[in-house]
Amino acid sequence: MIPTRESLPLQTDEHVVRVRQTVRQRAIELGFSLVEQTKVVTAASELARNTIQHGGGGEACVETIMDGLRRGLRLTFMDTGPGIPDLTLALKDGYSTGGGLGLGLSGARRLSSEFDIESEPGRGTRVVIVRWK
Amino acid sequence: MERIPILKMGPFLLVTIQVDMHDRLAMQLQDDLTTRIADTSARGVLIDISALEMVDSFIGRMLANIAGMSRVLDAETVVVGMRPAVAITLVELGMSLTGVRTALDVERGMALLGSAQRR
Amino acid sequence: MRQTRLADLFREQHDVILADWIKALSDSTAARRDLIGDADLQRQARDFLGAVTRAMTSGELDVNAIAWDPVRELLARLSRSRALQGFKPSETATFVFSLKEPVFTQIRRTSTQSDTVGDDMWAVTTLLDGLGLYTTEVFQKTREEVIARQQQEMLELSTPVVTLWQGVLALPLIGTLDSARTQVVMENLLQRIVDTGSMIAILDITGVPTVDTLVAQHLLKTVAAARLMGADCIISGIRPQIAQTIVHLGVDLNSVTTKATLADAFAVALSRAGLSVAPAAAKPAGPSDSAVAAH
Repeated sequence: MIPTRESLPLQTDEHVVRVRQTVRQRAIELGFSLVEQTKVVTAASELARNTIQHGGGGEACVETIMDGLRRGLRLTFMDTGPGIPDLTLALKDGYSTGGGLGLGLSGARRLSSEFDIESEPGRGTRVVIVRWK
Repeated sequence: MERIPILKMGPFLLVTIQVDMHDRLAMQLQDDLTTRIADTSARGVLIDISALEMVDSFIGRMLANIAGMSRVLDAETVVVGMRPAVAITLVELGMSLTGVRTALDVERGMALLGSAQRR
Repeated sequence: MRQTRLADLFREQHDVILADWIKALSDSTAARRDLIGDADLQRQARDFLGAVTRAMTSGELDVNAIAWDPVRELLARLSRSRALQGFKPSETATFVFSLKEPVFTQIRRTSTQSDTVGDDMWAVTTLLDGLGLYTTEVFQKTREEVIARQQQEMLELSTPVVTLWQGVLALPLIGTLDSARTQVVMENLLQRIVDTGSMIAILDITGVPTVDTLVAQHLLKTVAAARLMGADCIISGIRPQIAQTIVHLGVDLNSVTTKATLADAFAVALSRAGLSVAPAAAKPAGPSDSAVAAH
């Protein structure tokens, strides 16, 4: 397998759809099962929407990675928006500032094998998730 | 602007979602459906999502909203055809869509609406 | 240049090195002559030395470089086939290491300046050590692949979904449930619900020795996912200890229909499907005492 890396813009609703389709395509190429594909695509959808709604837009990076026998997808979502002042609170189920159900971040974390978030108020937010096959 | 078509079948409205929906389209459907329920005095709404490969919290919320709004307008909503992978993911996401009635396929969904109406 | 000097040595002394090596291999115990014949062993030695000689001409001495791809591929094949033949990984590595001696002999014999001898030997040692270790890595990888495949096969075997009646599925769970297994169980069951168009599924946990919070959560998730698809789940066979555990753990099973036995659950399923079990009163006592009839 040759590792791949793609950067996609995240400004509009259509960009979210494009990120979903790209992630689906890569997941299929990696041989993810249907459930695994659906989980990683759904996580991507949640995080891409967050980047636009809360971060004011940014970009997504889709990478296929390898670790020994394991193969996986690493997705990075970056924005230069207002940032998240309280990460613990933001990761709680049901906590919402966007009028949603507050399942975006916490849900995406449950759908991923690895989850990492960095945020600096006023500078932006970066979320990295990995889903292993 | 693209729209998801809403079909009228007797006292029921039928929607088949066949595209990878972006958020605006989902909002549009929500608006269109509530308007059509009121206009046609529909007694039930059947939403077929068997073609959907993914339902995230936004689309899930849209389905719950439609069910809630139609209930206020005295119409029953049934969501049919959710794929296993989608159902597993939605549960993992933390959404169980309590309050939304479900059925395996369009036929059973119609039967459910029919029996609800007779009651 | 050390690289060219070594490349020349391998090319010019190829036949001598090969002959020495094959002779050493034939005498060595690690060669496991009980597992491999003369012809095969000689072919393996010839192929490997040939590949190394060709890679040497690239001037690259790092075994991870592209020029060494063919050598690594050859070793991967060799290691796999030897693993199947019953060689230990150390024996395959020793096969590679044993090339050192005949090469060193030639380095000492052909060198004109004594100060290059140590240098060359060091380079060859590093190189062959790298390749030898690579064979053990491949061996381990092969084993891991076999284990992973067997695990998957076992998971699939251990989760049979049976049809009890038209529209009624049952999943008898036996043994300990862990996360991975519950996941497979869940996926199989939901897929079968779609395939058979069943509206009711019974999860029977009579054969499950213990239920912890995680397993209880998984069962609840399965029930929730089935509901999203438009099917109902009934959990049956909850043993007294498990009932106690579930209450102690504070798991909320209120939203789920539970029954003591699979038979009770089946009766509920039938009644929901509008069916009932009644004695065949009209008939004289026959081989079957009851029949299922629609209301």
